[in-house]
Amino acid sequence: MAASNENLKDMIGQEYKDGFVTEIESDSFPPGLNEDVIRALSAKKDEPEFLLEWRLEAYRHWLTMEHPEWAFVEFPKIDFQEISYYSAPKSMEDGPKSLDEVDPALIDTYNKLGIPLEEQMRLAGVAVDAVFDSVSVATTFKDKLYEAGVIFCSFSEAVKEHPELIKQYLGTVVSQYDNFYAALNAAVFSDGSFVYIPKGVRCPMELSTYFRINAANTGQFERTLIIADEGSHVSYLEGCTAPMRDENQLHAAVVELVILKDAEIKYSTVQNWYPGDENGVGGIYNFVTKRAECRGEKSKVSWTQVETGSAITWKYPSVILKGDDSVGEFYSVALTNNYQQADTGTKMIHHGKNTSSTIISKGISAGHGQNTYRGLVKIGRKAENARNYTQCDSLLLGDQCGAHTFPYIETKQPSATIEHEASTSKISEDQLFYCMQRGISAEDAVSMIVNGFCKEVFKELPMEFAVEAQALLGISLEGSVG
Amino acid sequence: MLKIENLHVSVEGKEILRGINLEINAGEVHAIMGPNGSGKSTLSYILAGREGYDITEGRVLFHGKDLLEMSVEERAWAGVFLAFQYPVEVPGVSNIYFLKAALNGIRKFNDLAELDAMDFIAMVKGKMKELDMDEKFLYRAVNEGFSGGEKKRNEILQMSVLEPSLCVLDETDSGLDIDALKIVSEGVNRLRDSSRAFILVTHYQRLLDYIKPDFVHVLAHGKVVKSGGPELALELEEKGYSWVDEKLAS
Repeated sequence: MAASNENLKDMIGQEYKDGFVTEIESDSFPPGLNEDVIRALSAKKDEPEFLLEWRLEAYRHWLTMEHPEWAFVEFPKIDFQEISYYSAPKSMEDGPKSLDEVDPALIDTYNKLGIPLEEQMRLAGVAVDAVFDSVSVATTFKDKLYEAGVIFCSFSEAVKEHPELIKQYLGTVVSQYDNFYAALNAAVFSDGSFVYIPKGVRCPMELSTYFRINAANTGQFERTLIIADEGSHVSYLEGCTAPMRDENQLHAAVVELVILKDAEIKYSTVQNWYPGDENGVGGIYNFVTKRAECRGEKSKVSWTQVETGSAITWKYPSVILKGDDSVGEFYSVALTNNYQQADTGTKMIHHGKNTSSTIISKGISAGHGQNTYRGLVKIGRKAENARNYTQCDSLLLGDQCGAHTFPYIETKQPSATIEHEASTSKISEDQLFYCMQRGISAEDAVSMIVNGFCKEVFKELPMEFAVEAQALLGISLEGSVG
Repeated sequence: MLKIENLHVSVEGKEILRGINLEINAGEVHAIMGPNGSGKSTLSYILAGREGYDITEGRVLFHGKDLLEMSVEERAWAGVFLAFQYPVEVPGVSNIYFLKAALNGIRKFNDLAELDAMDFIAMVKGKMKELDMDEKFLYRAVNEGFSGGEKKRNEILQMSVLEPSLCVLDETDSGLDIDALKIVSEGVNRLRDSSRAFILVTHYQRLLDYIKPDFVHVLAHGKVVKSGGPELALELEEKGYSWVDEKLAS
């Protein structure tokens, strides 16, 4: 038995495959945060007055807030004065007009990650708004999307080109005072993505953004805003990798989704940021606020996430179900290895009549990983016949890891139906021996069991993402049994 | 096919098997009987390669090769199959997927191409029919929520799909009602042929009414204390295991 436990350890201890640093001169602010830094940031980005004011309000409020301590994670106190709040690749100063003008080192980075832009543009038909550090370096397929009336661009560009949309929707789902990290993000966000799907339009392609953190000690504060106007439909993919580093890097993103009547957003994430080494040194702190508001009748949003990276993950993609008959879904796979910690889940806030929500959460813990599901289902007074179904499963590999579940249910509406199911299971030595006795290698057996466990979530992912997600789990678990 | 020579096995310093000698040829069925704690299950696990046992002396040859040097999967690929006394549940993995992964693992080792999906399903369904198993079992997770009898039948299904050369059945009869016992036994009997050998580990003679052994060995205190033909099982049934103890004492 002891020997098999050793094997399990080997397999879990797979090194981070995307660990490398691109050498590009960075044009960065010195570390530190005050109103002048925010003014400088806003000026650098040529922002209108209203946005600067909005940032400053957020900052002033943030100064009055305390760092939240309720999550089931542990990490040393962050010194926000030690972080640099702006970093852009030097070659961006002149603004490349096409891929040919992009620093070849950047392109090389994407190639190493297996996401060559040219290939993706030509073959996959996916428009890519790639974020390298804080400035978007390549935006593609914009013309084709424009024909359909779809706006898909960097946040900075949207501020310049469509200030009226920014003014109308920014901060209406996640306000600049919402929580500690959302307020910080509002004050200092550098860039991000913006999507607007006009009335009745079905976005002709899946929209995808690859994020990447590169410069050392640069907190990355992305802001994404997606608006699906009445009767529209869009599928958005977000994938992340980051190079290997020893310092902890803070990432505090905000994602706001607005879904109007009869519209639908499908938001899929595969997150593979550097998780730290096998002793828990380094790794990304991923503190994200993601929220969708189903404003109109029969609107629908679906969050699907596969979280395998980051030293600490702290995110709760949530849905506010305002419109009658609106639908919210959350499908999640979170894997923690070595010393990774994840406190993740969702909030489903039902206000409208006949609203329904589904939560499927799969937590996998290995090594010394700690995996927490935290979810809130709240049924408001007016949410007649609201329904929720929650299924929350944990899988443990080895005996040093932990799985925790904190479901919160609040209902003020007697006609509501709420179902909650939870389970915890373990991949045991008995299971491995059984599989191996049938001629299935231990590695394949673990991969088979883990993938079987995640099946319900993977089937919600777009095809190519599902393949990537399975491969990611495979990489994370490879070599643990030999 | 299988040659066990002077096999000594300990667990945490306690000797469980104390010099087992056994030779099994292709086409033969050997029953190993004995009281609880005699080392029957240990012997099954040793052949399959389970961890946690110290082999202090002796060797085991399988088709002339040192079996104890082989990993668990290598033994499976080479044709060793253990029908578990307590088959393990594998949640989230469907029976059909599991069977396919197992069969392809073995075929790959033997330089055979993977079986075509349609042919595979047709083959498995045929075997299920013989074992009176509902096809819906194919799409259920391996052994999950199966009754004791269903689990044992599933073991025999795996055995008939994987077609091993050495089948070790560890108390396959335990927990089976008479109808299930008949079905399982018929399944085993169908697999009997000149190229395959069986080791039936059992506590009771009952199983041997349905699967006729060529040889019966009585295991007690980690040793084979008596070997004989099928009549030995009947004698044992009649006189009880205390008879063996008495013989051993004298």
